[in-house]
Amino acid sequence: MKYLTTIGLEVHVQLKTRSKMFCACAVEYGAGPNAHTCPTCLGLPGALPVMNQHALELTTLTGLMLDCAIAPYCKFDRKNYFYPDMPKNYQISQYDLPICVGGAVPLHDLAYPKDAQKSIATPDKKVGLVRIHLEEDVAKSFHYDTSTGVDFNRAGTPLMEIVTEPEIGSPEEAFAFLSSLRQILLYGGVSDADMEKGQLRCDCNVSVRPEGQAEFGSKIEIKNMNTVSGVRKALAYEVQRQTAELEGGRKLQQETRRWDDASAQTFLMRTKENAHDYRYFPDPDLMPVRTETLVTTARAGMPELPSAKRARFVDQYGVSGYDAAVLADDQDLSAYFEAAAAKAAKPKAIVNWVLNDLLSAVSSAGKGMRECPLPPQALTELVDLIDAGKISGKQGKEVFAEMFGSGKGAATIVKEKGLEQLSDTGTLEALVDQVIAANPKPVADFKAGNPAPLNFLKGQVMKLSKGQANPVVTSEILQRKLTAGEGPGGV
Amino acid sequence: MDTADLPFLTVTELQRRLRARELTPREVVDTLAARIEAVDPAIHAYLSTDLDQARRDADAADVSLPLGGVPIAIKDVISVAGQPCGCASHILDGYVAPYDATCIARLRAAGAIPFGRLNMDEFAMGSSTENSSKGATLNPWDTTRVPGGSSGGSAASVAARTAFASLGTDTGGSIRQPAALCGVVGLKPSYGRISRYGLVAFASSLDQVGPFTKTVEDAARLLGVMSGLDPHDSTTLDAPVPDYAALLTGDIKGLKLGLPKEYFISGIDPQVEAAVRAAVDHYTKLGAEIVEVSLPHTEYAVAVYYIVATAEASANLARFDGVRYGHRARDTSGLLDFYGKTRAEGFGPEVKRRIILGTYVLSSGYHDAYYLQAQKVRTLIRKDFEDAFQTVDALICPTSPVPAFKLGEHTQNPLAMYLQDIFTIAANLAGVCGVSLPCGFAQVDGKDLPIGLQLLGPSFDEARLLQIAHAYEQTTDWHTRRPS
Repeated sequence: MKYLTTIGLEVHVQLKTRSKMFCACAVEYGAGPNAHTCPTCLGLPGALPVMNQHALELTTLTGLMLDCAIAPYCKFDRKNYFYPDMPKNYQISQYDLPICVGGAVPLHDLAYPKDAQKSIATPDKKVGLVRIHLEEDVAKSFHYDTSTGVDFNRAGTPLMEIVTEPEIGSPEEAFAFLSSLRQILLYGGVSDADMEKGQLRCDCNVSVRPEGQAEFGSKIEIKNMNTVSGVRKALAYEVQRQTAELEGGRKLQQETRRWDDASAQTFLMRTKENAHDYRYFPDPDLMPVRTETLVTTARAGMPELPSAKRARFVDQYGVSGYDAAVLADDQDLSAYFEAAAAKAAKPKAIVNWVLNDLLSAVSSAGKGMRECPLPPQALTELVDLIDAGKISGKQGKEVFAEMFGSGKGAATIVKEKGLEQLSDTGTLEALVDQVIAANPKPVADFKAGNPAPLNFLKGQVMKLSKGQANPVVTSEILQRKLTAGEGPGGV
Repeated sequence: MDTADLPFLTVTELQRRLRARELTPREVVDTLAARIEAVDPAIHAYLSTDLDQARRDADAADVSLPLGGVPIAIKDVISVAGQPCGCASHILDGYVAPYDATCIARLRAAGAIPFGRLNMDEFAMGSSTENSSKGATLNPWDTTRVPGGSSGGSAASVAARTAFASLGTDTGGSIRQPAALCGVVGLKPSYGRISRYGLVAFASSLDQVGPFTKTVEDAARLLGVMSGLDPHDSTTLDAPVPDYAALLTGDIKGLKLGLPKEYFISGIDPQVEAAVRAAVDHYTKLGAEIVEVSLPHTEYAVAVYYIVATAEASANLARFDGVRYGHRARDTSGLLDFYGKTRAEGFGPEVKRRIILGTYVLSSGYHDAYYLQAQKVRTLIRKDFEDAFQTVDALICPTSPVPAFKLGEHTQNPLAMYLQDIFTIAANLAGVCGVSLPCGFAQVDGKDLPIGLQLLGPSFDEARLLQIAHAYEQTTDWHTRRPS
């Protein structure tokens, strides 16, 4: 029997704010334990939360980028449960009036895992969203042999939760969803979305059902995944496990599981009977938020989205769809390309240099695009020199390597190395005349009808010009002079 | 100089003498310390004092400031940096506040000296101060009786003249009711007038800090210093803070006072009713117009309060878990056992009762029937007040249906205790301001027990409310009497 997979994700995104959600403490990864704490984020008696406006703005911006409806007003609620990483033993979150409702994330081909890009089930799929809301993160626990330490630096940092519709059909689509979402978040400057730093985490809900069955299978939740590839692996494992259970004639129960990366398996955490009753109610310490001005602010800060950028690159610069996608995949790369292409005589010529020579040079230097030592204008200058026939393509590679290493401009290097091609016909004609005069025998041979000496003569011109003669122009002049029989020793 | 009458001075008179150099702030602290030592053992208003620090503060005091050199005693629920803030609960044993509440910071900036911690019902839950884990406070007028609560220590210290003024908090009457039972002035400002930052939350949408004083003028001075927008509390309002004391003209001619008919019910003590009716007549003589008004949803106030307040409290008190501060149970096995034992040992019975009630009304399946319904009725109660204040400048009624009751009289019957706040609770639900001031005495068992007159005013109209209270006070002498 064939089985259908249904996946929904709850993605937690750490917002790029300077201070925490409800206090003025700095948001900084890697500081000493409890370095960034105050009465509010430690949950001391009497301390109160105060809203971080920037977090509201970033969430609104995310909503606009993902085509959500922005609620005219939203409120914050207390979600009650006890755990040592929750200083107040309630989390301030949003229950029934989130900031953003609906929306979608478009999946693009390059966002799929490399090995799955050739077999995309639904090209140009959009995954619908249920909502986006804002809440505070919890502290981090460190378990030792006989004790547990809690670091409250992360406690109270702004966390945006994005909840999808159950519309993801495979682990590969889940992967593509997260990559596509991450790209948009980076575009908006909403989050650094660095999964290693826990800035992007997700809970996965997955169920399988026999084809033809209308209602979804039992929902299994996998908690707290923090790598995109881990999400794919855990989901693939769950799909296979659940399918095997159903095929074995067993029933699945709604439950929460935990992914163990080392053993590549999921383990049961709790069943539905042990689910929390969070007893949500509006936080009386915070006023409801009207979103009108937030929307105005966010709209003014809307970036060009990845899909729009890809389309524009094809239109504006005539690059291929694939190249546009590769460029747009990385904001630094696309910014570099645009800066280089903007003033280039032939922008299309820039793209090959950026995607091949530059990318490999940057990566073999162990750098990111942001640290690229070669300014975009320098690349434009080089490509224009080649385009204009001032230097050959081969010389261009040599100049590029030198530029990348020394940071000198292309023209300077060309001059220093004396690489500039001779294209000036007056000078070249003089050289050609010189060569014809000095080589009567090959000239006579050529005139007798043997074409072979032409290359020899061309080589002599090149030699005389120390390799700088433009080969194309040189050939033209030689041929003209020889066939016309107008050599200096001629009739 | 002679300091015998010093403890009996009002804040205003104390300041006059300090500024005239008739007294030094150091002498004030020393005299108060001696008074506390002599009188407080019979009253037990204080949980602790920090007089050494108070003397240092006094030596550095600038008497030209609005409250320069004035010592003020603080309810044990408001954070003062470096002092214990235990909420009269075992669960906060050993906890010392590392920061000042905003109201304390403002008092300090005005030159006041917060020097002592006052007893209260544990976490401000109660109406008699008998729920303190540190022992009850006794009423200075009759030490077999309660001072009211939850700010019992705050009221008793001012009544016993062991404090010139004190701070309390009012969630359902916890300033006004003890002020009435102890015969002092107790002001509950409008919700959002004084920052709650640093006040340990009981019910966040109801709690307000307010002063206990001997006179309305003193209350006006303290209110002015503490009021105003606080960036640390988003429920404070950015409304101008008038010079409340300067507006106490004594003239209330033409003002309209509303007599809410729901507040003169059967069961009210006849001596209380007679005193309040006499006060109403007095206002007529002062030129005020008295009209009967109706607050039709009054009968639901107590029920709504015990749902809203307990729901909020169940979350507010969740942080007391022994993980970061306060009492921590020993010999526990596992996290749940740790939480369970710590909280079982740390909280008293009334606090547990309210946490359980609040947890229940928020539980899935009950949330809509209780919590949500209560919020809807709360809106109706608020509207009752808005409607009434369309026609009157303030409401006039008793603060408490009875004078001070005996210790132990209601401890076995929580519902009877809850009814002590029947006249005060609605003001918190509506967010309006209220004040209790002395308006007579009941003779009970050969003792004089104070009776409180309650005035309620529209939100953020404390100026008018205090003006009305002041006019009464200045033409009567109830406030000048003190317990022997």
